[in-house]
Amino acid sequence: MDWGALHTILGGVNKHSTSIGKIWLTVLFIFRIMILVVAAERVWGDEQDDFICNTLQPGCKNVCYDHFFPISHIRLWALQLIFVSTPALLVAMHVAYRRHEKKRQFRKGDQKCEYKDIEEIRRQRFRIEGSLWWTYTSSIFFRLVFEAVFMYAFYFMYDGFQMPRLMKCSAWPCPNTVDCFVSRPTEKTVFTIFMIAVSSICILLNVAELCYLLTKFFLRRSKKAGNPKHHPNHENKEETKQNEMNELISDSCQNTVIGFSS
Amino acid sequence: MSWGFLRDLLSGVNEYSTGIGRVWVAVVFIFRLLVYVAAAENIWKYEHDEFECNIRQPGCENICFDHFFPVSHIRLWALQLIMVSTPSLLVVFHVAYRENKEKRHNQKRYRSPGERDGGLLCTYLISLILKTGFEIVFLVLFYKLYNGFKVPRLVKCDVRPCPNTVDCYISKPTEKTIFLYFLAGTSCLCIVLNLCELSYLIFKYSIKCYLRR
Repeated sequence: MDWGALHTILGGVNKHSTSIGKIWLTVLFIFRIMILVVAAERVWGDEQDDFICNTLQPGCKNVCYDHFFPISHIRLWALQLIFVSTPALLVAMHVAYRRHEKKRQFRKGDQKCEYKDIEEIRRQRFRIEGSLWWTYTSSIFFRLVFEAVFMYAFYFMYDGFQMPRLMKCSAWPCPNTVDCFVSRPTEKTVFTIFMIAVSSICILLNVAELCYLLTKFFLRRSKKAGNPKHHPNHENKEETKQNEMNELISDSCQNTVIGFSS
Repeated sequence: MSWGFLRDLLSGVNEYSTGIGRVWVAVVFIFRLLVYVAAAENIWKYEHDEFECNIRQPGCENICFDHFFPVSHIRLWALQLIMVSTPSLLVVFHVAYRENKEKRHNQKRYRSPGERDGGLLCTYLISLILKTGFEIVFLVLFYKLYNGFKVPRLVKCDVRPCPNTVDCYISKPTEKTIFLYFLAGTSCLCIVLNLCELSYLIFKYSIKCYLRR
């Protein structure tokens, strides 16, 4: 069980996402999870071992480390990535529920069911409309909320995004104000700023996707209100073409992400 | 053999679960297993090395660590994950037994071997009760062993060969406390999901039996 398993779970959601959603997923896996696993974990690997305090008093280093780092950056990022990825599961569950209903209809031999076999139901890609639109939009909203909450928690806990070289500690049992030195502060600052920047890009992508979905929703409503007899065949052909393009984009993105593991 | 094995096992169970059961599997995978592997394991990695006592007496640190941490939090967490996931195997075994029976006698005895009726329903309910039981047992164990889910910064130790009451400092107590509360929270969520599923199944099949009459 590792980040690769999360990729497998979320990969299924990719099929039913918008183009912006697919870009978001790619950014998440390449610029956040992969960077976390391949680089950031090593930078923070020796954080307590190399946290040195200018005192021989036993226990002072432990207490000072705990005082300045209540929760390590790396753990906070891991939690942020887990929480930010989970709303996509709402969409996966909704799609699975719809597929289950269609399979039930098919098995009952319902005349209304237009599928030839179970495989076609499994392979089908659902359009983001109706109740799925609400689920998808809620998942984007929750993603935004989680991103914002974690970024604020980061800023609040560490007083900004810069890692200082030296910290002054006077927590008991340190006998007086003691100088404590953090290991690799510049490298940690660089990675922190990188992760925050990518987080901001993800927030922008989510906002853009939300705007796109809302615009599409209102346009569709105004079309339906203004033109009750629209031509479904023509609309379907255009949307099928767009779907095929999306599939091509997602397949090429998937190929770059496949084979990724921690 | 690693956590991937457990993941594959549980993925097999997903097929015969209700909707709530699938939510439970997702919660266990993502909020418990993934958090354990990706974050929690590393916090407790050097807990013994970083456990420091204000004394030079050889052996004192070892004895004090052993006295305050008879079983490490992280090991209890791993045991809890394993024990809580295993009752689901009862369902898988029962379905395999049904399929085997059909093959041996070469006749269709069930509408579908994975359909939750009769014996399989009982097995499913038993697995839910066992899962809930194990969750509660481990939560109580955690609470009793460590006097709550809070990890103190300092513990006072006077076990031989420590010459007197010695101050011992635990590493990363705040981070450990945060993750232990997270563990307790997800455990409670899983208990609630199991109880909801239990009530839903009992209610559904009581209505079915009543309507059949």
